[in-house]
Amino acid sequence: MMRFWPFVLFVVLAGFLYVGLHLDPREIPSPLVGKTAPKFTLALLQEPAKQFSTEQMKGQVWLLNVWASWCVSCKEEHPVLMALAERKLVPIYGLDYKDKREDGMAWLNNGGNPYVLSMSDLEGRIGIDYGVYGVPETYVIDKQGTIQYKQIGPVTPDNLREKILPLVAELQAK
Amino acid sequence: MKYLLILLLSISPALSFAEEAKDLAADPVLEARMIGLAEKLRCLVCQNESLASSHAELAEDLRREVREQMKKGLSDDEIKAYLVARYGDFVLFDPPMKRYTLLLWFGPFALLLAGLSGLLWQLRKRKNQIPETTLSAEDAQRADDLLNSSKETQA
Repeated sequence: MMRFWPFVLFVVLAGFLYVGLHLDPREIPSPLVGKTAPKFTLALLQEPAKQFSTEQMKGQVWLLNVWASWCVSCKEEHPVLMALAERKLVPIYGLDYKDKREDGMAWLNNGGNPYVLSMSDLEGRIGIDYGVYGVPETYVIDKQGTIQYKQIGPVTPDNLREKILPLVAELQAK
Repeated sequence: MKYLLILLLSISPALSFAEEAKDLAADPVLEARMIGLAEKLRCLVCQNESLASSHAELAEDLRREVREQMKKGLSDDEIKAYLVARYGDFVLFDPPMKRYTLLLWFGPFALLLAGLSGLLWQLRKRKNQIPETTLSAEDAQRADDLLNSSKETQA
């Protein structure tokens, strides 16, 4: 029996390492999931004279997508959002995070605009309230204004199909 | 030319220091307090760096946030709670004791205990494996003779 111990230890250790391979240290569980989305009022990116307030979203399921023109992964995510916007399943609102107004506008004009509206978070303060640490990030917010899910990193067709869209459908039915 | 270069190189650290010290000059006491707190907090972008040492933009923003909250008179614990509410316990380098951190806190001690008891068990087993032999009177006499004779030859 004794001589099997090293083998058992090896298997246990290999098991831990194998599981570790599939964990992403950049994905930090957000304490905000299940909590009320922080309220804010911000000037719109394209019409700075007008404002957006989270209050006006009460009664709707919506996505808040944090993006920026300087963000490389946002380029990867952009076509996915464009396709999603076309399907009109859920309204996408954009938070242009720590970006120059003209850069953000150029991004939307050149690449297409999947957002109903985009807000301009020039100093990143709203980003801090939402616990943003790596753009892009996407929040699914329900009719009561509770954050139900947070996607860290680009939204992909896979996690849209498997996670976000089923969740949105469920929340809309409530 | 060479000397000029050496001179330039030798003063360059002084110049870069002057740049960083800008904030310190504003309110050195507050800045020291902010750095003290930020050293215990994790930068979320470059995860093994502290908020104090990171040059990531988010870290700069968070340092600004911490500074402003300190100016408002919030305590260190209140500021920590503010950050934990947004980024989770992960921002703390010193994780709090909770149900799911029990393994983190006590795992090493459990391993140490397991190792020690394994060692004790092994030692006890080995002790049992060596049979205790008692010498017969005759053998004892022989051993004595041998020991004494070697002493005598040495002398």
